Order: sequence, then C-alpha cells, then structure tokens
Amino acid sequence: MAENLATHWRLRAQRYQLVGSVCSKCAAKYFPPRQVCPKCRGTEFEPLRFSGNGELYSFTTLRSAPAGFESYTPYSVGMVKLDEGPLVEAMLTDVNEDELAIGMRMEMVTRKIREEDGERGLLIYGYKFRPAQSRAP
Amino acid sequence: MSSVMKPKRAVGIVGYGAYVPRYRIKAQEIARVWGGVGDALPIEEKAVPGLDEDTVTMSIEAARNALARAELDAHTLRAVWVGSESHPYAVKPSSTLVAEALGASGEVLAGDWQFACKAGTEAMQAAIALVGSEMADYALAIGMDTAQGRPHDALEYTAGAGGAAFVMGPVENALAVLEGSYSYVTDTPDFFRRAYQHYPEHGNRFTGEPAYFDHTLQATGNFLELMNLEPRDFQWAIFHQPNVKFPHQAARQLGFTRDQIMTGLLAGKIGNTYAGAALIGMTNVLDHAKPGDRILLVSFGSGAGSDVFSYVATDKLNARRDLARRTAFYLGRRELIDYARYARFRNKLVMN
Repeated sequence: MAENLATHWRLRAQRYQLVGSVCSKCAAKYFPPRQVCPKCRGTEFEPLRFSGNGELYSFTTLRSAPAGFESYTPYSVGMVKLDEGPLVEAMLTDVNEDELAIGMRMEMVTRKIREEDGERGLLIYGYKFRPAQSRAP
Repeated sequence: MSSVMKPKRAVGIVGYGAYVPRYRIKAQEIARVWGGVGDALPIEEKAVPGLDEDTVTMSIEAARNALARAELDAHTLRAVWVGSESHPYAVKPSSTLVAEALGASGEVLAGDWQFACKAGTEAMQAAIALVGSEMADYALAIGMDTAQGRPHDALEYTAGAGGAAFVMGPVENALAVLEGSYSYVTDTPDFFRRAYQHYPEHGNRFTGEPAYFDHTLQATGNFLELMNLEPRDFQWAIFHQPNVKFPHQAARQLGFTRDQIMTGLLAGKIGNTYAGAALIGMTNVLDHAKPGDRILLVSFGSGAGSDVFSYVATDKLNARRDLARRTAFYLGRRELIDYARYARFRNKLVMN
C-alpha cells in the first residue's frame, strides 16, 4: 500500500518548481512557503516561483546516508542562498566534491530524489542544485 | 502515394531545447570488458544518465530550454506530450510530471507516446495537428530516452541517453516553418521489449534492410517526390542514428552529402538516444542554421516506421537561439566513466 501520497502531492509545487511565498503585507520572501510571516506577523501570502539561481553558502558530503538515499553515496548536500534571499538546503548534483567551493554560483534542476518502497513505490522528484554553467558552449 | 500532410493553419517550431546527461562511456571501454573488436565499434562514446536522472528529469530540462527560446509562459501550452521507450513508470504518465514541473498543469492535454525511436516525432506530428487544426495555439512535443542495452549485446555499445523538446505553434511566431510532413509505417518486428522485461530483443541484421533502410528510404523518397524537392534543395538533413553508419548509408542512397548531415549526426558522441535521436540532431542544426535554410528531419522507430518533416528557418531563429543553452554546451559537458561506474549508474548490479 502506497503511503504518504498526500504529503508528496501537496508539496509538488515547491519541490518541482521551487514555489515559495511572498508576504502580502511586508513583501518578505520565503522558501519553503510559510503560514505566518515572522517579520510582520502577516498571514496573507502570494505564491512566488523562485528563479533557482543563487550561491553556495555551505556544503558537506555524506558517506553514510539516511534510509532511502543509500544508493547515492557519496553525495554532497548544500545550503544555497537564493538571489531572492532565502537559504535553501538541498542535495547537490552533476558535481564531484572537489569541484565545490563556497560562494560559487548555483542553479536549480529538477531531479529524482528517491524511490519509495523499493521498486513498487512512488518516485519522488524535486529540486537539487548544481554549479551554474554559462550558456555559451 | 497520395500527398504530404499539411495543417490547415500554417505551423512552425516556436522554441526548441536539448538535453544530454553529463556522463560518457567510451565504446572502447565496453569492448575492453567484453572482448569486443576495437576497430569495428559503431560509435566513439555514449551518454549515460546520472543516478538521479530519467526520462522525466531530462524532459524537464529540455522543455525548460524550449520554453525559454519560445519566450512563452508555460500556461500557454495546451499539450505536453512525451515520446519515449523508457518512461519511468509502467503506469503513470511522464507527461503530467513534466507539465507540473514546467508550470503547465491544469488546462492542458498530457500523454505519453510509445513507438521505439519514433515516439518523439510522432508527438511532433500530433502537436502540428493540434496547432494546425486551431484546437490549440501551442503544444510541446518531447522525444527523450535513457535506453537500456543488455550487457554484452551489440546494443550496449550504442544505447545512449538524451533528447529534445519542441514547442510547436502558429507560423507568425515560428523560428522554423513547417512545409509538410509524411509518415510511412508497417508491422515489422525488428526490435521489441515485452512487459516486465528489462532489456529489449532485436533481430540483429534484420534491423537493417527491412526495418531501418526500407522505412527511412521509402518515407524520405516518397516525401521528396510529393514535395517536388531534391536533396540539393536542403541545406541540412537529419536522419535517425542508431549508430554512425546507418544514417551515412541512408543519406548516400538518397543523394545527400556528408556536409548536409554531419551537423545533425550526434550518435558518435552521445550514442543512440532513441526517441530523442533525430530530434536532438535537429536542435544542433537549428543552432547552426541561417534564416532561409531548408532542413529535412527524418526519424525511424522499430516496429516500424519513419516520419519525415521539412522546415525552413525564419529570421526569428538568430534572436531566439541564445535564449537557452545550445546543444554544443551539453555535448561539451562531459565526464568520462569506466564500465564499473556505468554498471552502477545503469542499475546493472544486484544489490538485494
């Protein structure tokens, strides 16, 4: 029996598209989205799709992974400071540990995060970050 | 022979985008493991998807590139269609996920197409029809694959990963105008995979003459005759590329030159990207074409059939080209892996 389907479904906009929220009263931007604004106590929000561009604030590499992520080890996770302000924690991808440096430009991609319940369950997709690469070849 | 297919309303390509994963394995490395003959390899190297990549994630990136070039909001799309032989689910559409990630969900058609390597151009034919009938203004057609080849099989050398996405729309907004399309299909069992099977079966030499060549040559020959065009009328031609030899041979038999096909022939560097193969060749041609250039696009899918399209680039192409990453960027982004990492990335190791 598939579990947690409602949770995954509810989070699809923030996971696939990096949709957070902006406070209608004081314009503070949040990711993940919030119910109450810690700055002005406002409770009215509009959804905001973040650009996915930012810089690497910090990172580490996991060699002993939590359940569900064993097949990816070793893999790096990072905190990315989005250009719009919020600090996002995420897995990093398309990169080797020795290529990472604090302050480097990062960009969001949508990737497979993990598989629920072995080969039977839901495939969970969501945002990861990789070093930003220039457009020109 | 009756006629080519032409929509009532003129249609064109409004945006296009490519995607190729970062990893490559050399055919020479596969030959090293299995004792293959080094000087008779079908390609130089092929693209391998990372552990967190599949047809859905790769389609999302290609489609984001296509939408950026189209300069359209995702909600203007009225269809999101993904053609592939490697959809991650047996039951559950890839296309709904792709549509959601693009921000196109809601008032949209979505569906997955399956026709071996022809699934992507089948989606393109349908997108042309949807726009051409005025049922919709914009439709997204994707061809993308992470095809599996059985270890030690001939197809292990070539089964690559990658593809492309195309936003089809009205001609006023097009960077390349459709002149006409054609399709030629018969029931030919050259390659297939039954339900629950991990690897496909194929007919070895049977995949050549009665399958690839018969359908590709029939479709292209008929199309050129009906359009009253000759190979020299085209600046560029892209043929389906299961290896490097087949498209060269088909082009030669039809009267196309090496110069016409080389820009659209990427199989030597990324392998056979199945439903994405002809389409990603098309993206590289669009990256290099000039306004006014005529482009022939020919797919082939086992089972079997071939789709043919003729496009003419417009002066909108130059301005749109650099609104997203060029195909050359993805070709150049490259980390070489050995067979052991390849086996891990492609789930060839028994872990339980």
